[in-house]
Amino acid sequence: MKQIVELTINGDPQSLAVEGHRSLLDTLREEAGLTGTKKGCDVGDCGACTVIVDGQPVNACLMLAVEAQGRNVETVEGMQQSIDILHPLQDAFMRHGASQCGFCTPGILMMARKLIEENPDPSDDEIRFGLSGNICRCTGYTKIFDAVRSAAAEIRAVRAQEETV
Amino acid sequence: MRRFAYHEPKTLEEASRLLVDLGENAHVLAGGTDLFVEIRERLRDVSDVVNIKNIPGMTDITWDPAVGLTFGALVTARQLETLPGVQRTYPNFAEALRLLASIQVRNRATVVGNLCRASPSADTIPPLIADGAIIHIYTPKGMRRMPLAEFFTGPGRTRLERGDIATGIVIPAPAPDSGRIYLKHGRRKAMELATVGVAVSLDRDGDTCTNARIALGAVGPTVLRASAAEALLKGRKITDELIAQVGAQAMAECTPISNVRASAEYRRSMVGVLTRRAVKTAMEATQ
Ligand SMILES: Cc1cc2nc3c(=O)[nH]c(=O)nc-3n(C[C@@H](O)[C@@H](O)[C@H](O)COP(=O)(O)OP(=O)(O)OC[C@H]3O[C@@H](n4cnc5c(N)ncnc54)[C@H](O)[C@@H]3O)c2cc1C
Ligand code: FES
Ligand code: FES
Repeated sequence: MKQIVELTINGDPQSLAVEGHRSLLDTLREEAGLTGTKKGCDVGDCGACTVIVDGQPVNACLMLAVEAQGRNVETVEGMQQSIDILHPLQDAFMRHGASQCGFCTPGILMMARKLIEENPDPSDDEIRFGLSGNICRCTGYTKIFDAVRSAAAEIRAVRAQEETV
Repeated sequence: MRRFAYHEPKTLEEASRLLVDLGENAHVLAGGTDLFVEIRERLRDVSDVVNIKNIPGMTDITWDPAVGLTFGALVTARQLETLPGVQRTYPNFAEALRLLASIQVRNRATVVGNLCRASPSADTIPPLIADGAIIHIYTPKGMRRMPLAEFFTGPGRTRLERGDIATGIVIPAPAPDSGRIYLKHGRRKAMELATVGVAVSLDRDGDTCTNARIALGAVGPTVLRASAAEALLKGRKITDELIAQVGAQAMAECTPISNVRASAEYRRSMVGVLTRRAVKTAMEATQ
């Protein structure tokens, strides 16, 4: 039996008809048509499905769509400010070659965004700790960490500038 | 995901009645980080999922110097991990939380769910047993409470009966002069189940240990208490020689098996190493 789930996705209020057993991940990809969020393992191991629900990063594969009733869900599609302005993290990932096949990238971007919001100047250990639930099979992580460090620096610089204006 | 019927009871009575009426394939859903994995991997037959997250009264975290730390069944691992008071007062528990899965998982996973799943390698069980935690349980006949050390009956098995719902945990306040530690040993640092986990909590008077609790994870059908090793410590001045004896006793008390993560021999010798290290650190820890 389908239920109506009302939630906000990337700022847009939506109402989706879903069955009780459907995961938030499948619902985002199929019912909402947002295929940026990836399904790597479907059991919480890889982090490819990371989305932010009410401000907290979670594995969308380990949550039911009906559990998102009334909540605010953010996915990688909502990350860039406009069609031609990327988020500093997205930009840094491109510059540093931090994405190869790209399958892990949306999840890592969401996780890294949250990490930098909470801790604008993370140490290498803090970046590793923050991203330890995201697996990348291609890059060897070095370029990912470089990109996160560089985006964090850029975000700090922009903030410092805003504060002096 | 395989199909199941989904229920959202609003009270403990309603949830409990549903679990009784729907029978053995109805399961409580808290964070879902075990339940959904078991459904996907076909480890569990599930006809009905009973989400307890809309039941009021199980989200509080309170601290009282006389009682200790109390938290409800819906409190997540990440909420507790990020509380400075938990890091200060229960560094053993905080460490277990930090090392459990990933931030994404800990944002959903409840501590009470970690206990109810009753895995011998669950990270929160050893420190909570070593600190003498009490679990509170709603049963159709009324509320019960029991020491966590008595809650587990086997791998994946607890004293919960059909219709019972664990509602929260109390960790007693530590004695003024005491030390506590949890050491998790795995093949890698992150996203790894414990090969061996050792928790030691002890009360001190100078360099004498006045009381000790040792809990060993992943080396038996449940997390085990090393009672004979604890007895060796009680009332004794701590020396290197005594610490060596305690380590050997803990090795004798554990009952590990061999599996993909490690052999029984390796686990047993790590129990010795980690117990020695944990006792030494807990004696020196200043809190
Ligand atoms: C990728 C990944 C890595 C992990 N790594 C670790 C790790 O390193 N260490 C570790 O210890 N664990 C690990 N876990 C497991 C850990 O996330 C779970 O044990 C979690 O704590 C369970 O809590 P939950 O709220 O998600 O429970 P759920 O999955 O909702 O429930 C777990 C079980 O307990 C029952 N239950 C839950 N709450 C109650 C209640 N209040 N009353 C009665 N029954 C209840 C459910 O019916 C179910 O049988 C990992 C999980 C994943 C997905
Ligand atoms: S798809 Fe969700 S963690 Fe891998
Ligand atoms: S870029 Fe391929 S998995 Fe990370």
